[in-house]
Amino acid sequence: MIRRIKLIIIFFLIYTNHALALIEVDITRGNLNPLPIAVSPLSIDKESNDGLKKILKVKNIGSEISKVVENNLLTSGLFNPLSKDAFLQKADIAHLKPRFEDWALIKAQALITGKVIFKNDKLRVEFRLWDVLAGKEMMALAFTTVPTNWRRVGHIITDKVYERLTGEKGYFDTRIIYVAEEGPKTQRVKKLAIMDQDGFNTKYLTLGNELVLTPRFNPTNQMVTYLSYFRNLPRVYLLDIETGVQEVVGDFPGMTFAPRFSPDGKKIIMSFAMDGNSEIYTMDLENRIVEKITNHPSIDTSPSYSPDGKYICFNSDRSGYQQIYIMRSDGSKVKRISFGKGLYGTPVWSPRGDLIAFTKLHKGKFYIGVMRTDGSGERLLTENYYQEAPSWSPNGRVLIFYRETKSDSEGKGFSAKLWSIDLTGYNERLVDTESDASDPSWSSLLSN
Amino acid sequence: MKLSKIFKNAFLIMLTGLVLSACATKKVTNQMQGDVYTGKDTVEYLASGVADRVFFATNESVLTTASRETLRKQAAWLRKNSKINVVLEGHADERGTREYNLALGERRANSVKDYLMTYGISGNRISVISYGKERPVDSGSNPLAWSKNRRSVTVKAN
Repeated sequence: MIRRIKLIIIFFLIYTNHALALIEVDITRGNLNPLPIAVSPLSIDKESNDGLKKILKVKNIGSEISKVVENNLLTSGLFNPLSKDAFLQKADIAHLKPRFEDWALIKAQALITGKVIFKNDKLRVEFRLWDVLAGKEMMALAFTTVPTNWRRVGHIITDKVYERLTGEKGYFDTRIIYVAEEGPKTQRVKKLAIMDQDGFNTKYLTLGNELVLTPRFNPTNQMVTYLSYFRNLPRVYLLDIETGVQEVVGDFPGMTFAPRFSPDGKKIIMSFAMDGNSEIYTMDLENRIVEKITNHPSIDTSPSYSPDGKYICFNSDRSGYQQIYIMRSDGSKVKRISFGKGLYGTPVWSPRGDLIAFTKLHKGKFYIGVMRTDGSGERLLTENYYQEAPSWSPNGRVLIFYRETKSDSEGKGFSAKLWSIDLTGYNERLVDTESDASDPSWSSLLSN
Repeated sequence: MKLSKIFKNAFLIMLTGLVLSACATKKVTNQMQGDVYTGKDTVEYLASGVADRVFFATNESVLTTASRETLRKQAAWLRKNSKINVVLEGHADERGTREYNLALGERRANSVKDYLMTYGISGNRISVISYGKERPVDSGSNPLAWSKNRRSVTVKAN
């Protein structure tokens, strides 16, 4: 059970200069020259530091927050945070007025400075983004929150910097829900787990007594839908992360699986299997009205809505093999869109609406790829022995998925891990988890 | 003329060699026919001579001749033991996406259920559960292991 995260953010714009944006980061291409950026440790006075040290057991919260920002910028692949050893100016003075020549000397094009104050049991963090070459302030913001939220402050700062420099919303103040795995392949124990996007603050939401699979976030709040084998009845469940309350929503006379929320968060779309036939259904969470969407004797599964809610992409083997189809949200106008060589599965509509991410199996290899919603422009981002189940970052720029390794005849060598890759096909990264992991789902931004 | 005959004979000998070597490779993996498992390694028995499981080809839920023979024995045993109910557990191998495999496991178990019902077993005595690729019996990543995992297992429910 997770305690409600208390976050009171008071933004106030100290001063914002939108007029001259000299630095710009292009995120539409693979970025081979990440922007050199200096993240100065946030300055903190002795009194504030002593007060926070007691609560957070952290030596210097100012430099810890700057490390969160630095790590986020680095993993984005778009920025190159410079080594702090080379910094010439002290953090508190730089925050007031940077000596731009000093920062230009170490080749920084952008500079982040900040200040932390602990007052009335609240953590107040101020930060500024500077354009080093133009010698100008680009942005200044301040946040007030409870001290235990300090990592989130780092994520929010990164989101603001990312948005200012790329022109698109960030994805750092987000969480990943996934399935934590352990034990031998034949008796895998699986638990629902949640963590911050950067791998910190892992919490387990189930105990591992029953098999759980495919958790997915509600795009509008912190609810999750997933498949649980509770009492050996595979059914779709709904979980409120804040209260820990779980309830079955897919209590049909057979297996319900492959759940996802509608973009407005009001419906769950899922598969229901009976008598050897899987069809797609929706359930309205307010009035519990169930609607049958597909009607075909083949397997119809892995449904995912378009962000405007008007269309659904899904996986069907009605052609004889697994392929990707789209239809209107009422089930009409079914159209196959995947025509390349191989099998296609797990289609997921991009939050930007223009692309569908998928898993492809061809000649014994698994690929994560994207195609336009009419099936054209197929692009394979990564090839591996086994990988599947992409999930989009809320800004539609990054995909997270899971990858399994081959095992020998005794089952040794097997692992399941989360990976992320940019839509550009660059910046492939292992996402650290405490245990083996699969079925990741990316939340929307926790704050805006 | 004579030369072409020699060639023809040589060709025949080569062909025989190929066929023989093909047989030889088949012998090494004689636990599979096509990619359907035909061995006994993992098989358990509901009663003497009544095997508990049947195997499937990749992406298939069609019952093979051998599977149908196994299921007829299961049906006969179920008719004799009319108080026993069963659960059919459908499974897939690890070379497919999780959600599709859940559906495929359900389809496999149901093709077994349908067959048992045509041999007089009431649908009320049979329940079905799919585990997709979640519960392999063989944890290897090789074609033989996968063939053992593509299965439907009949388990006593009471």
